[in-house]
Amino acid sequence: MMKRQNAKVFTILALIVLSILVYLAQNKLDPYQIRILNLGAIYVTLGVSLNLIYGFTGQFSLGHAGFMAIGAYVTALLVLPPYYKEMIFILEPLAWPFTVIHAPFLIALLCSGLMAALAAFLIGLPVLRLKGDYLGIATLGFAEIIRVIANNLPHITNGALGIKGIPEFTNLWWTVGVAVVTIYIIKGLVHSSYGRALMAIRENEIAAEVIGINLTYHKVMSFTISAFFAGVAGGLFACLLTTIDPKAFMFIMTYNILIVLVLGGLGSITGTVIAAFLYNFLLEYLRPIEAGFQIGPIVFPAIPGLRMVTFSVVLLVLIIYKQSGLMGGFEFSWQAFFQFVNKLFTKKKPTEGSTS
Amino acid sequence: MREILNIDNITIKFGGLTAVKNFILKVFPGELIGIIGPNGAGKTTIFNMITGIYKPTVNKIYFQDTDITGMKPDKIAKIGIARTFQNVRLMENLTVIDNVMIGFHLHLQSNLLSAIFKFPGYAREEENIYQKSIELLEKVDLEEYKLEKAGSLPYGQQRKLEIVRALATRPKLLLLDEPAAGMNPQETKELMRFIQEIREDFNLTILLIEHDMRVVMGICERILVLNYGETIAEGNPEEIQHNPEVIKAYLGVEATYA
Repeated sequence: MMKRQNAKVFTILALIVLSILVYLAQNKLDPYQIRILNLGAIYVTLGVSLNLIYGFTGQFSLGHAGFMAIGAYVTALLVLPPYYKEMIFILEPLAWPFTVIHAPFLIALLCSGLMAALAAFLIGLPVLRLKGDYLGIATLGFAEIIRVIANNLPHITNGALGIKGIPEFTNLWWTVGVAVVTIYIIKGLVHSSYGRALMAIRENEIAAEVIGINLTYHKVMSFTISAFFAGVAGGLFACLLTTIDPKAFMFIMTYNILIVLVLGGLGSITGTVIAAFLYNFLLEYLRPIEAGFQIGPIVFPAIPGLRMVTFSVVLLVLIIYKQSGLMGGFEFSWQAFFQFVNKLFTKKKPTEGSTS
Repeated sequence: MREILNIDNITIKFGGLTAVKNFILKVFPGELIGIIGPNGAGKTTIFNMITGIYKPTVNKIYFQDTDITGMKPDKIAKIGIARTFQNVRLMENLTVIDNVMIGFHLHLQSNLLSAIFKFPGYAREEENIYQKSIELLEKVDLEEYKLEKAGSLPYGQQRKLEIVRALATRPKLLLLDEPAAGMNPQETKELMRFIQEIREDFNLTILLIEHDMRVVMGICERILVLNYGETIAEGNPEEIQHNPEVIKAYLGVEATYA
C-alpha cells in the first residue's frame, strides 16, 4: 500500500507538470485551440459540480444553466468599468449599485459563485423535497425563470441585448486553475463522512434517514456547493466569450453538461474530466460533417445540427450498452496508477524470460 | 425503573383503514420483546411509527420521557433508536465498510470544512470511525468482505450487515424487523446468539418482529401478539404458546388429535 505522503508528492509533481503544459499551451497554441481547451476546462468545472448533486447525491438537477447565468451576469457587471457600463446600457440606465461597483476578476468570480450558491440555497429548500423526475422539472423551471428574468430586467441585465465587451480575462491559467480547485474540493467532500452521507441518500433515502442523516441539510448543502462552482464557471464563461445574453443560457447548456456527465459516468470525477475535454474536441472536429460530405457514391448534404445528432446517437449507444459511462465508475488514484504501470512492466518481463 | 419507550394507546388510519388500533406498550430498559402476528397485522407499521416514518393519527409515543410523535426519522435516530428493515435496505453500491461507517455520521463532531480539507481533527475522527467499524464487522465475521459491494453479499450476510450498521449509530433501543427471514437454521442459531450478545455488550433494549417461532420463543422474555391491528395477547413465551386465541389467529392447531 502506498503512503499518503507519497501520494501528496506525486500530486504536487503532477500539478507542476500541468502548469508547464498550461504555460506551453497558452504560449504555443493558436487562439482557436486555446479556446477549445478553455471550454474543455470550464466544462470540467461544470461537469464535476453537476456530478456532486446528480452523480453522488442522486438528485436529478437540471438547473445548471440558471446558476451559470447568475454567475455570468454577476461577473460581467463587476469586471466592466463603470464608464463602459453607462455606455452599453441603452435600453434603460443601469440600476444604482451596479453603476459604481467594480471588482477584480478573482473577487468577481467568488461573488458569482456566492450569488449562485445563495440562489441554490433559497430554491433548494423547497424544491429538494421533490424526487426524481419532479425535481428535474422543477430545477429546469428554475433555470428558465432565471433566463426570463434576465430577458426582462433591462436595468440590470440589459435585457435581450445582453452585455458586450466584457474584458477577456479568462485564459488557461484561470480555467484550469478553477477546474483543479473544483476537483480538489469536491473530491475532498465526496471522500469524507459527509460524502458518504450524500451517497447514502443516493442509494436509499429511507435507510439514510433512519440512520440519522438529515436529508434536507445534506441535499441543500450538496446543491449549494454544486451551484457555487456552476456560478464560478459562468463567470469564466462570460469573460471567455466577452459577450453574454439570455439566449446563451438556454436548456441546451444544461444538456451539454449532462452529456459530459453521462459520457464520463455518473459518480466518476475522472470520467467527467476526460469526457469534458473529449466532448469539446469532438464538437469541433465533427464540424466537417455538418458541411456535407461524401462516402463513395453517397453524398450527404450539409445539415446544420448533425453534430448534436451524432452525440445523441453516441449517448443512446452508451446508455444501452455501458450505462456506467466511459470510465465505468473508475476513479483515478496514484495507487491504481502505479499498479497499472507495474503491470505494464511485469507483462514484458515474462516474454523476455521465455525467449532466453 | 422508568420505561425507556412508552407507546400510549396509539392508533393510525390510512384513509378508511385502521392499520393499528389502541396499541399500548411500555418497554423497560434491557428488555427483549417480541411482536408476532399474521402478515398485515400492523407490526411493521408500529416500527414505522416509532422511527418517525409514519405519525400516529391518535395519541403519542414517548422515548425516555421525550415526546417523539411526528419527529423526523433522523432526529429519532440521533436520540437513540435504530432499526433494520424487513426487506433489507443497504447502500448496495457502496462497500461493506462504508455501509457501517455511514452509521457513525450522525455523531460526527467535525464540520464540513474540516472534512473537505482533512484537517487533523477530522482525520483523527475518521480513523477512529474506521477502527470501530472494523471492530463491528469482526463481530459478525464480515471483516474480510469489507471492500466488497454490500449488494453482492449473500442475503443472510446482508441482514447481519444491516444490524451492524444500526449498531454503529449507538442506539439505546434497537428495532429488528424479521432479522431471521431468509436465513437457514444454522444462520438462525447464530443470529440468536448474536442478538443476545449485542444486547449484553451494548446495553440494548430490543424490540423484535419475527415469524420464526424458534427465535421468538427462544430469546424473547415478553411477547405481544397482533391481529388486524389489535393486540390480542401479551405474556411470556409459555403463556403465548397456550393462549387459545393466539393459536386460532396465528400459531395454528397442531397435532391435537395425536
